[in-house]
Amino acid sequence: MSVEAREKRQPWILLSPALTAVILLLFVPLLFIVVYSFWLRTATGADVAGFHLDNWQEALTDRFYRDILLGTLRIAAITTLVCALMGYPAAYFIARSGGNKAILLLLLMLPFWISYIIRTMSWINILGVSGALNSFLLWTGVISEPVQMLYNQTTVILGLVHFLLPFMVLNVFVSLDGIDTNLEDAANSLGATRWQSFVQVTLPLSLPGLAAGGLLCFVLAAGTYITPLVLGGPRDAMFANLVFEAIITQLNWPLGSALSLMLLAVLGLLVAIYNRYLGMAQLMKGLG
Amino acid sequence: MSSVTLKNIVKRFGNFTAVHQANLEIPEGAFVTLLGPSGCGKTTNLRMIAGLLDPTEGEILIGGKRVNDIPIHKRNLGIVFQNYALFPHKTVAENVAFGLKYRDVPKSEIAGRVQAALELVQLPQVGDRYPKALSGGQQQRIALARAIVIEPDVLLLDEPLSALDANLREDMRVELKRIQDKIGVTTVFVTHDQSEALAMSDKIVVMSAGRIEQVGTPEEVYNTPASEFVANFLGASNIIEARSATGEAGGVTFDTPAFGRVTVPAARAAGVAGGPAKLVLRAEKLTLLEPGSDTAGLIAAPAQVETVDYQGQTVRYFIRLGDRQLQAINLIDERPFPQGATVTAAFRAKDCAALPGT
Repeated sequence: MSVEAREKRQPWILLSPALTAVILLLFVPLLFIVVYSFWLRTATGADVAGFHLDNWQEALTDRFYRDILLGTLRIAAITTLVCALMGYPAAYFIARSGGNKAILLLLLMLPFWISYIIRTMSWINILGVSGALNSFLLWTGVISEPVQMLYNQTTVILGLVHFLLPFMVLNVFVSLDGIDTNLEDAANSLGATRWQSFVQVTLPLSLPGLAAGGLLCFVLAAGTYITPLVLGGPRDAMFANLVFEAIITQLNWPLGSALSLMLLAVLGLLVAIYNRYLGMAQLMKGLG
Repeated sequence: MSSVTLKNIVKRFGNFTAVHQANLEIPEGAFVTLLGPSGCGKTTNLRMIAGLLDPTEGEILIGGKRVNDIPIHKRNLGIVFQNYALFPHKTVAENVAFGLKYRDVPKSEIAGRVQAALELVQLPQVGDRYPKALSGGQQQRIALARAIVIEPDVLLLDEPLSALDANLREDMRVELKRIQDKIGVTTVFVTHDQSEALAMSDKIVVMSAGRIEQVGTPEEVYNTPASEFVANFLGASNIIEARSATGEAGGVTFDTPAFGRVTVPAARAAGVAGGPAKLVLRAEKLTLLEPGSDTAGLIAAPAQVETVDYQGQTVRYFIRLGDRQLQAINLIDERPFPQGATVTAAFRAKDCAALPGT
């Protein structure tokens, strides 16, 4: 075999285990879902194979699904905004803390050592009727009866922010850490105050990281179903809960397939827009 | 344009003292170089003048006014950083105009002043480009243009040439000096490169381990080093142990085990009181001759060539004289001496400078 042929083959050999896994575990099941979404569920509960557009028609025209989709995107947007506002200063602090950087980053990763579900459920012990906050308020006499603080949209957003904040901080940190500190010094020396040099130099240069963190938070928030399940009330269902409901509770796989493909398409569109303007490289930096 | 004065400046980082009691007077319009190895405190001094660091003790005066409590953005200084520190998201023209926005310069004037600064650094046509599209040398010129367009009181240059290739560095050295002469701004230049310091400065401040070792013109620092450190840092020097002895008038006489009696001109032996001393002899002042050459008027001793470091125009020899090794850098006449050759090592007594010995 010639050297060129060998060099050409090598990347494929190295990639093949991962490619096999992705094809078998992601693309093939996804194909099943696409096929399923065109099947029909009959009143007897049996699925009829074929090419039927009924599920798609229901998913795309029923106002119920549209409202929940818009509500999901709204919650994801608010969560992303809160993460950005809370995460940026934290990331700035870590990026400028010199020798303590490694320890602070480790602390940031610490929550990942505990299951996401347990972290979500921990809010029940804090905000629940017999939780820490109620007990404290009762003890101080501010309230005379426990207040129900859980199971509304605010607690869903709270849970999502709790889950997603580290992703935002990491992404912003990576982009701030890559900015030469001499740039701010240079701006200061030219007459800009610290705030002016932040606005003129540091902030614009860190926007790619902010956008990458924002995309990650938004996509993960929009796809979540555990948080609204644990911390939301009956009216706080998000789109993924509908998919769960259709597939697990109602055993309506064809409709569930169509719904999940709908969510995938919306989020895929967002990623495509992001990629068009900012490129995936920044996102990869933040994940690595 | 302003003078800069450091009065008893001390800078400590925790337990580490980066600058010990620095006193320095930089006259208006002068080009002064802070020279020393890395970690000697030269950049710390520069950053304190800039306002990027606060001195632990002492006072900094710019134009006679104490600036310790004046923040950097009000000091009106031009700083050029080692890595240029151009704003990557702004065009060259926006970079140069940056400082003008914060000085009440009318909008109509800004474009003209930016263009004039770009012409001064001989890059009038790159205003629309982004820094990334320029070479290292061009970026350096833009950084300089950005620093001088604001007509700073003092120009601070932090190793501005060290990121450039060797050839480009020498061109930029000449260019930088030309521009400084033209605008006449007081300039503080930090470098670890002795040839840059010698070529560009009105005055050199040699620093070592946080202390100022010597302040003088390039010739003073080169010819009459104030310490062994200065002698070794500025080029290759031989240090010859000596002991002062009674001798001729008009000079100070020393006994050396290696070369016998050497009488150094009094001006080059200031500070030597008597007793043990050291003679500093530049490697290029020590000449190797064929054995038996005429050495009238010279101090000479036989030696053995140990290593030959051929450099084209010159050659650097390491020679052995008894238990001592000395260096000689000589122009090549016909061909260099081979390794192992027996030679006569000779120098003129007036080329030596004497330091107090320990």
